[in-house]
Amino acid sequence: MLTANNTLRTTQIVRIQTESPSVKTFMFTDRLCSKAKPGQFLMFWIPGIDEIPLSIMDANNDLVSVSVKSVGDATRHMHSLEVGATVGIRGPFGNSFTESRGRVLLIGGGTGTAPLLFLAKQLASKTQRLSFVEGAKTKSELLFVSELGGICQERNIITTTEDGTAGLQCLVTVPLVQLFDKEHFDMIYTCGPEVMVKKIFEMTEKHKLPLEASLERLMRCGIGLCGSCVIGKYRVCRDGPVFTAAQLREVREELGVFKIGFDGSRIPF
Amino acid sequence: MDNNLLSISFAGLQLQNPTVLASGVLGYSAESLSRVVKAGAGAVVTKSVGVAPRVGYPNPTVVQAQSGLINAMGLPNPGIDVYAEEIRFSKTILHVPLIVSVFGYTSEEYASVAKKAVDAGADAVELNVSCPHVKQTGAEIGQNPKLLTEIIENVKARINKPLIVKLSPNVTDITILAKAAIEAGADALTVINTLRAIAIDTETLLPVLSNVRGGLSGEAIKPVALRCVFDIAEEYEFPIIGCGGVSNWRDAVEFFLAGACAVQIGTAIAEDVEVFRAVTKGVESYLRRKHYRNVKEIVGLAHRK
Repeated sequence: MLTANNTLRTTQIVRIQTESPSVKTFMFTDRLCSKAKPGQFLMFWIPGIDEIPLSIMDANNDLVSVSVKSVGDATRHMHSLEVGATVGIRGPFGNSFTESRGRVLLIGGGTGTAPLLFLAKQLASKTQRLSFVEGAKTKSELLFVSELGGICQERNIITTTEDGTAGLQCLVTVPLVQLFDKEHFDMIYTCGPEVMVKKIFEMTEKHKLPLEASLERLMRCGIGLCGSCVIGKYRVCRDGPVFTAAQLREVREELGVFKIGFDGSRIPF
Repeated sequence: MDNNLLSISFAGLQLQNPTVLASGVLGYSAESLSRVVKAGAGAVVTKSVGVAPRVGYPNPTVVQAQSGLINAMGLPNPGIDVYAEEIRFSKTILHVPLIVSVFGYTSEEYASVAKKAVDAGADAVELNVSCPHVKQTGAEIGQNPKLLTEIIENVKARINKPLIVKLSPNVTDITILAKAAIEAGADALTVINTLRAIAIDTETLLPVLSNVRGGLSGEAIKPVALRCVFDIAEEYEFPIIGCGGVSNWRDAVEFFLAGACAVQIGTAIAEDVEVFRAVTKGVESYLRRKHYRNVKEIVGLAHRK
């Protein structure tokens, strides 16, 4: 019933990297999470402050990375942590992206790019062509641009910013219109704000393209008990966080429409 | 599945099988409850709902202990006025008894929430008088026979549906509270809620849960829960729903033998939601093997001298 993964382990931050003005990557050792697959997440305990779910951005040779945007109390505290700080880890939890071959497209919005970078590294040698569309508010918030450049060919990367400081000036979904009209993809993966995921889902449905989307919800237990992260009949922490197009069809009425708040009420997006 | 073998009725409720979703687990939304019913639950209990919305405690709200989980969610709920809508919707899609768990800070609050839950369609109300980690409600009431009596009488006067009282194990003698609940008019007892517990991290020297103390559930508490059921059944012939660490058919049968007529399942869902079906099938095989015609025939058999 209870698993080693769910046992809280303490570890130290061994490296911190600044990715953008609002995003930092934290690296630490953890035997269990170092075996995580792209798409899985962990619960990160900032002692005395909070415990938050984070997508795993990289895992190899015992070293685990998570990228975090400073958006609230917990993440602001996390950004103030220094190398050597003691933190707690539970996980890895949830399912992972499936492996695909052929022509593959990854679409990342904001920090949603982090788990997709992890996935891209694993897919790079296995796919016929790996394309990436990344969107951010502004140039300085476009994440992992050089890393992606090392994985995908330059012509297969499209970036968008809302203010036009880099790439196309539009939302990340805009270049997809043309892309889906002229090209076929064997698999599309996405992670980002739920409203973005919903839009992408509608587009892939229209073009009958396969999709796997990673969702994010408020979480407490991380092991499928408390019901805080449910979408329809699914628990994001346990049945997800990666959902197929077929599953998204079942939760169409909730996807990008509302989430469950900490008091259990429905909060519109 | 053979319904005649597994169906059971108590306190005016009819269950197709004696497994019930315990309160606090997957109990916010109608869709979650529906999934639990599809996984084989004979009835479901919602998360506890009170008069006003509560966001609960910050994380960590759950920490794993040896053979169990300690949680202190802090009774997060949207308040009965919002939740009434969920109850109404749940009733349209669930085809098993819907039991709404209710908490309050005064007997008037308990009564008004219970009334609204029943008005919205609840088939029964379960009083959470045993939440071990929220002050001035839950266990503080559940440890005081006088307060407990007052609340039960107040709620009973306002609703015309079965009233189940969930007892706290965090007392010296649970039969004293059981007696108070039975005499005040409870229709059934759920035995037990979680045991007060704590987890401390040796590296940070801190209690892990944000609320410091929480309630222990899961395998670790099964022998205690079983003893509580046994203690009460020894003194009173009364419907008891066993709760605490049930994860397989043998656990369930132990509770029946101790005197429970149904079992609630919560923490074991962390393994698999399908636990309800697995337990029910296992109980069915057991009853056949032992040549019993219905689960009620084994209720309390461990008390035979």
